[in-house]
Amino acid sequence: MDNTTLLHRVQSAYPAAILASSEFRGELSLVLRPEALLDVAAFLRDEPELNYTFLENLCAVDYLGREPRFEVVYHLLSVNNSHRVCLKVGAAEEHPLVPSLTPLWPTANWQEREAFDLMGIQFSGHPALERILMPEDWIGHPQRKDVPLGYEEVAFTFNQEKIYAQKPFAKE
Amino acid sequence: MGIEEKAGNLGVVTTSLETVVNWGRTNAMWPLLFGLACCAIEMMGAQGSNYDLSRFGMELNRASPRQADLMIVAGRVSRKMAPVVRRLYDQMPEPKWVIAMGDCAACGGVFNNYAIVQGVDEVVPVDVYVAGCPPRPEALIDGIMMLHEKVKREKISGVREDAPIRITSKNQLIQVK
Repeated sequence: MDNTTLLHRVQSAYPAAILASSEFRGELSLVLRPEALLDVAAFLRDEPELNYTFLENLCAVDYLGREPRFEVVYHLLSVNNSHRVCLKVGAAEEHPLVPSLTPLWPTANWQEREAFDLMGIQFSGHPALERILMPEDWIGHPQRKDVPLGYEEVAFTFNQEKIYAQKPFAKE
Repeated sequence: MGIEEKAGNLGVVTTSLETVVNWGRTNAMWPLLFGLACCAIEMMGAQGSNYDLSRFGMELNRASPRQADLMIVAGRVSRKMAPVVRRLYDQMPEPKWVIAMGDCAACGGVFNNYAIVQGVDEVVPVDVYVAGCPPRPEALIDGIMMLHEKVKREKISGVREDAPIRITSKNQLIQVK
């Protein structure tokens, strides 16, 4: 299996699915339409010659200022062919909705929950889309680029009285 | 029969009840068995044979908060862990003390971000802060001895003195005004 054959196979099976494709250091990346993601992923997994049975990685990226703002990235591995392919799906800032891959790969369950927790991506069809790392009552999604990096002003000798006056110290 | 025969006449010591109680509290202070991050490794090192915390009657780390009277917060406290730490503190019987071990427990350390509590004193009242990233076992032992000095000044009525003290050396206590 090489990248050109793979690209041709996907293009002939789903002509409208691929928005863009690129190759970097020997790995093929396909930018897909969100509607076509489930079909293409099932095709890559179930087609006997392709056989991408292992979802290696699932993550979300925040390209602040770009349209679409978010992108969900999937890395698939075919153990039989020892070949990898990368799928990318864009998600809009207003309502970032991407189909869930949990029906195809159960490992997508917790990784999608992480992407939801930290980046706020909604995965349609996910069995239980809840926070996985942050406390349940947390407001917001902390890994987004527009969330401030630091949490508290650092206290030095010259400003510690001002900071400690507002700090919520514990009672007995 | 017993120690009198071997040690001879030990005599009689007169002292105040407060001194005896505080002496007893300092010399068998059982820490709660938990560690949160890399500082816990140094805490374990302090309990090992080289540094030997059992000199202070502290070789027993109690796995139950009901049997512990010292909480060594060794490591960074995440916001998800904070309610658990507070609950363990609430379950410990009085009198109880807290040592914030390391920079992360004292002030958040290098983790000035959304995930880490900026100092465990937001969650539980801290008696002694031990600086270091992580502190060496000697530093932890120094903090424990500072705590002993503090405990020895406590009143038996259970009333603690409000003003914090700064301990510059082992025997020198300065009231912070």
